[in-house]
Amino acid sequence: MSETERRTLTDHPLFQMTLCRFLGFIREPEAVFWTFVFPILMAAGLGLAFRQRGPDKPHIGVVTSASSASALVSLKKDTTLVAETYDDSSGAKALRTGKVAVLVESIAGGVHYVYDPARGDAATARLFANRAIQTGGGAVETIATTDSYVSEKGSRYIDFVVPGLLGMNLMGSGIWGLGFAIVTARNQKLLKRYMATPMKRSQYLLSFLLSRLVFLVLEVLTLLLFGHYVFGVPLRGSLLALSAICLVASFSFSALGLLVSSRATTTEGVSGLMNFIMLPMWILSGVFFSSANFPSVVQPFIKALPLTAANDALRANMLEGASVAGVAPQILVLVLWMTVSFGVALKIFRWR
Amino acid sequence: MTEGPALLVRDLRKAYGDILAVDGLNLEVARGECFGLLGPNGAGKTTTIEICEGLLSADSGRVEVLGLDWDKEPQKLKERLGVQLQDTKLAEKLTVAETLRMFRSFYRERKTVDEVIALVELGEKRDARVGNLSGGQKQRLAIACALVGDPEILFLDEPTTGLDPQSRRSLWDLITRFRESGRTIVLTTHYMDEAEKLCDRIAIVDHGKVIAEGRTNELIDSVDLSHLPAPEPRRTSATLEDVFVSLTGRTLRDE
Ligand SMILES: Nc1ncnc2c1ncn2[C@@H]1O[C@H](COP(=O)(O)OP(=O)(O)OP(=O)(O)O)[C@@H](O)[C@H]1O
Ligand SMILES: [Mg+2]
Repeated sequence: MSETERRTLTDHPLFQMTLCRFLGFIREPEAVFWTFVFPILMAAGLGLAFRQRGPDKPHIGVVTSASSASALVSLKKDTTLVAETYDDSSGAKALRTGKVAVLVESIAGGVHYVYDPARGDAATARLFANRAIQTGGGAVETIATTDSYVSEKGSRYIDFVVPGLLGMNLMGSGIWGLGFAIVTARNQKLLKRYMATPMKRSQYLLSFLLSRLVFLVLEVLTLLLFGHYVFGVPLRGSLLALSAICLVASFSFSALGLLVSSRATTTEGVSGLMNFIMLPMWILSGVFFSSANFPSVVQPFIKALPLTAANDALRANMLEGASVAGVAPQILVLVLWMTVSFGVALKIFRWR
Repeated sequence: MTEGPALLVRDLRKAYGDILAVDGLNLEVARGECFGLLGPNGAGKTTTIEICEGLLSADSGRVEVLGLDWDKEPQKLKERLGVQLQDTKLAEKLTVAETLRMFRSFYRERKTVDEVIALVELGEKRDARVGNLSGGQKQRLAIACALVGDPEILFLDEPTTGLDPQSRRSLWDLITRFRESGRTIVLTTHYMDEAEKLCDRIAIVDHGKVIAEGRTNELIDSVDLSHLPAPEPRRTSATLEDVFVSLTGRTLRDE
């Protein structure tokens, strides 16, 4: 009947609980979609929308008239700009709608430029157009110039946004993954049922962290491989340092998830709390645009948020090649969040 | 086996706000006995049983299970206890076998997964997801989870509520066999036939107190049929239902 046999590893409660966490997650199609597919769709969408289209050439509009022919010839010869011809009214419209940055008209004794100086690219376009027309008219540059071009990967929008998406994903799966699972177990009196077994509480909580670890590897790999091979997002730092950052960030968010779910008894209650915590970080922590855009008074607050720390560290590692020591302040912020959240969560956790 | 009662409850009290859920309750269950807790809805049965399971703390009073104290040796006690709660929902995404394998891993002394699956007759559903089981099958799985740790004392809170007649009878067999192996069962039920069939002794609880206690057959014999409210048809022998009704009154409790 009963037996006390030697235990295999797979019979260890920690292994069994981690396995059940894992199975419970992958059998939830929605959760798999939001964790794995959604970030990739997001990266793909943003990458395509903001992809580099080669150097942007200024568009110059030329109002056709008998005297504008020579200016048009000069402009057409210059390959650094695009010249288009318009009549009076369509030219004005093209300028108004931004199809051209500058409108060139011939007037007696010269050319006349029409543009809005407040538009950043308009003044440049005027310089381009003027240089082409002057050169065509016989002007000679007196100083010889040469150019060399650099095209740096790592400065594009996709390079900025992939580390941000990674940070956001670590936060989401840590907080949602733990929060919903724990509150559901409490709500269904499953936690209470476990309390009537010799299960160790610490192992129960640990099993969540461990199952997160398994997913962490999968999540990070899918997004990074996608970003790296499809969009050429650089991975300049050591992969070991990157793994360490992801690990600390993930544990930190998991601890936050534990804290958020430590008291709530309904999933409605905990989702409100999760949104309350995550929404400010989505906006402030530099996922889609740099957090430097916010006024300097709030910068210390923003820097103290775990997602800001995670994103900054990920960017520093991936784009600038920073080592773990190079992102020590961010790691410190994450470790602080982790210890405080975990400590408080353990204290106030409602086991029944 | 050590001497002394399997369960001893002395002057137990538990209040929720100003509701006295348990109000000075006493129980003594001998080892190897099947003991029934009966009483109307809200009488305090679940509260009492959950205090005995170490899941709720009492306001005052003493509880000893298998001679052990919850405050002193909780881990040792949990090892020897089998529990089925009134309202647990097991994880829906796991299969029957996976659920039992996990529960089994918590215990030192235990049965195999296949043994308990056979005990509750869930062999066909071994690899079915918990979410796809019927209500009665879920209930049987909950009991399998209580048995997998090979407990010395089993607490069952309304184990047969929602079961079809066949499942009820197969569960009765299971309980009878468990008792015959010399171990103790404390159960609550609203079915008088069940209590009559299974329990050596019962206690009727109302308003958090034991209002009658004794051997099941003696309690039945003690009822004076002439005192039953009219228009009860006259019968020559009383049933447990008569005991219950005459003690707790006829009006519905909806507190
Ligand atoms: N968590 C709680 N908070 C407040 N009141 C509670 C709580 N749990 C139980 N009660 C109250 O305590 C009383 C006893 O409840 P208990 O669940 O022990 O009854 P019971 O005998 O098991 O009833 P039933 O036969 O319906 O299962 C009831 O009045 C109930 O409303
Ligand atoms: Mg009850």
